[in-house]
Amino acid sequence: MSTVTVVSYGAGNVASVQFALERLGATVRLTADPGEVAAAERLILPGVGAAGFAMARLSDTGLVEPIREFPRPLLGVCLGQQLLFETSEEGGGVPMLGLIPGTVRRLDPGPERPVPHMGWSRLTPVRADPLLDGLGDDAWAYFVHSYVCPDGEGTLARADYGDPLPAVVRNANRWGCQFHPERSAAAGARILRNFLDLPA
Amino acid sequence: MTARRIIPCLDVKDGRVVKGVRFQGHVDIGDAADRAARHRDEGADELGVYDITASPEGRTLDYGWVRDIARLLDIPFSVAGGIRSVEQAGRCLDNGADKVSINSPALERPELIADMAARFGAQCVVVGVDSKRAGDDWVVHQYTGDPTASRGAGRRTLDWIVEAQQRGAGEIVLNCMDEDGVRRGYDIAQLTAARARLTIPLVASGGAGEAAHFRDVFRQADVSGALAASVFHSGALAIPDLKAFLTTSGVEVRP
Repeated sequence: MSTVTVVSYGAGNVASVQFALERLGATVRLTADPGEVAAAERLILPGVGAAGFAMARLSDTGLVEPIREFPRPLLGVCLGQQLLFETSEEGGGVPMLGLIPGTVRRLDPGPERPVPHMGWSRLTPVRADPLLDGLGDDAWAYFVHSYVCPDGEGTLARADYGDPLPAVVRNANRWGCQFHPERSAAAGARILRNFLDLPA
Repeated sequence: MTARRIIPCLDVKDGRVVKGVRFQGHVDIGDAADRAARHRDEGADELGVYDITASPEGRTLDYGWVRDIARLLDIPFSVAGGIRSVEQAGRCLDNGADKVSINSPALERPELIADMAARFGAQCVVVGVDSKRAGDDWVVHQYTGDPTASRGAGRRTLDWIVEAQQRGAGEIVLNCMDEDGVRRGYDIAQLTAARARLTIPLVASGGAGEAAHFRDVFRQADVSGALAASVFHSGALAIPDLKAFLTTSGVEVRP
């Protein structure tokens, strides 16, 4: 069975990610140690809250370089997905990990679009990917976010929230989910299972 | 778009789920983790788990059952009950809760909303508001878990929800106390007035008695979610039947 390391850096929903992986039978390691992160079989970068705070935590714990240089499968979840990009508009501009090109922008509220985007939205696949294997046409995922990643070549699936937004992204061996797979019932469990099955 | 959320609420007292009518006369209806798992299996979109006596008793909730529920669930849940500090909120999140709902402590110290939002992000911060009709307006009540402690908070509901949003709340759960537990339907007028003043999601609470009440609150008050307790706990309404009814009524819900 797969072993997965969850980066536990003080800005993530570590317990719920850990429990979801354990329900799938994975061996889960929580760590903020740069050496252990670098040596991980596969890595999950969770995240909730503000991008600036999360980047400061990664920097303080010496985790920026080990994550940037991580050669095996890496999955960013929610804010963890956003951290994969170059910069965020949040708090006047935050430099991030820069593993996927583009800027994370604020989601503007509208009359029929409360912000944060909070709730279940349907995933629309853009192209086939091992992370999305077996999802089917009616996969729903739980989103909670106020900022959105840029839509680009790396978009694997979108959700519609007034405008289409990237829900799953990939660049080489780095994947990201804007939603919370650990809280997305069957579809989320399938995505986590697929991540555990990626060759490391 | 995003599906409208059906949110069963577990009012917990001493580790047991209880249900009262108009916030009084609590009756034991079962174990919290069993109830949470059952609602998950029925297709609930989210759960609210409230330790209703924590705030009036001046204590915080038990992180043990937060963790027990987090371990079981693959849907999100919020917790509430006597959370008065950023540290306590952080412990709830560390133990697997997705959102922390604050009610009386936010009224005692409104800066708590901004402090929590700065640390965890607005999306983790739910402000619960217990609201009662006063003439042709609505006013906020606090310490409502204990009938002997419950009292007016000296604020207009519509002012307080806007202030909470400005301070960084990510969602408002508006509990319309006049309707609580009596199953006559949600307070559409109050919820419509609240929706019009907010840009963050609004969740309706209090008054659900049948499927049509959910349809009406989604269609007429445009709320993002509807929270209910007794109608689900009593078996009067099954979530799969409710969702089938809403789908045929043109309200999008997660199947």
